[in-house]
Amino acid sequence: MSRVKVARKSTRIDMTAMSDVTVLLLTFFMLTSTFVKKEPVQVTTPGSVSEIKIPEVNILQILIDPKGKVFMSLDKQADMEQTLTSVGNDYGVTFTPEEIQKFKIQKTFGTPIKNMKGYLAMKSEEQDKVLKDLGIPCDSVDNQFKDWVKNARATNPDLRIAIKADQNTPYSVIKSVMNSLQDLRENKYNLITSLKNEEAK
Amino acid sequence: MAEVQNNEGGGKKKGGSKQKKISVFVDFTPMVDMNMLLITFFMLCTSLSKPQTMEINMPSNDKNITEEQQSAVKASQAITLLLGGDDKVYYYLGQADYKNSNSLTETSYKAAGIRALLLMRNSEAVEKVKALKQQKLNLKISEEDYTKQVSEIKNGKKTPVVIIKAADEATYKNLIDALDEMQICNIGKYVIDKITEGDKLLLKNKKDNGGLSQNVAK
Repeated sequence: MSRVKVARKSTRIDMTAMSDVTVLLLTFFMLTSTFVKKEPVQVTTPGSVSEIKIPEVNILQILIDPKGKVFMSLDKQADMEQTLTSVGNDYGVTFTPEEIQKFKIQKTFGTPIKNMKGYLAMKSEEQDKVLKDLGIPCDSVDNQFKDWVKNARATNPDLRIAIKADQNTPYSVIKSVMNSLQDLRENKYNLITSLKNEEAK
Repeated sequence: MAEVQNNEGGGKKKGGSKQKKISVFVDFTPMVDMNMLLITFFMLCTSLSKPQTMEINMPSNDKNITEEQQSAVKASQAITLLLGGDDKVYYYLGQADYKNSNSLTETSYKAAGIRALLLMRNSEAVEKVKALKQQKLNLKISEEDYTKQVSEIKNGKKTPVVIIKAADEATYKNLIDALDEMQICNIGKYVIDKITEGDKLLLKNKKDNGGLSQNVAK
């Protein structure tokens, strides 16, 4: 009786080709994508047919959440430092070098200037929790937003202002932001939207 | 697990040269694992699409501008859009008629709504832009010429002027939609203006089906 012979096959698979593909994919993702900025509030921008891309540098982004809280972000750390110091001067608050250092690494800021010191003293996890309930005051009684924009503009004259607001934000909030900008003679700015395909028929 | 297999002569060569046949096999499996992890990381933490933007120029708030510097709009060319709450949009042509509740017409953000109206009002410019676009597609004119001529057409004398006034109840999306229509309908002259008491009255009047104007008439 002869035994059935099971052919012994090597189970080794050559992964070289697979590795090539993954490296290619990795390169593609690294080159084409941009990192998601950490934002204190989730914002859904309305769709539009506009196809202008936003420039990457020298952007002053104004983030407005559906409840009307206003946050700001600057893309250059040097500008952040300068702006904080000059806004602090306007309101008679001086910041220590450690506080400035902590402020510089913030992605988005939006704290009333009175709370700024206390906010900067917190740990970063606590800051994340607190920030979404704060926001820069922007009404006729206490318009700190205007001072932030004014000082940011003074720091970097090439700044472009971009407004990123949620699609359900009531117009009254947008109006007060736009009015503050108009008062500062910032008449040209961008509105951030997401892509929507529609053509005139 | 890179390994070098050392197969000593399988007896093919009889004596003589003692060259050894070395097969090099590098196992890439861990490398693939790592790459996959990195790809997953990049896919989760980055965004591919850059946000789009819309550029707008707002009128200056400067109070020193004299009446002459402000460009008056001919009533026959003006269309005023009133953005109300609940995704409703109203328009009136020319000057507002506060006595007649029917002067305000309700329309919608859909293609059959304001877009149809604006396209009809702006048909001349729309046709011209369409012809230009075709020329650009056929590579008859350059991109620069195209943008230049389009802006010329858009700012032509006979094109309508749209005044957008948003009520406090309107949302940001409504505003963007309205601005979008300006772009789709090739309207070069539009402005976002503050809503006046009169416009608020008109909206209110429309809501109670002309109850207010009837009261005034009494």
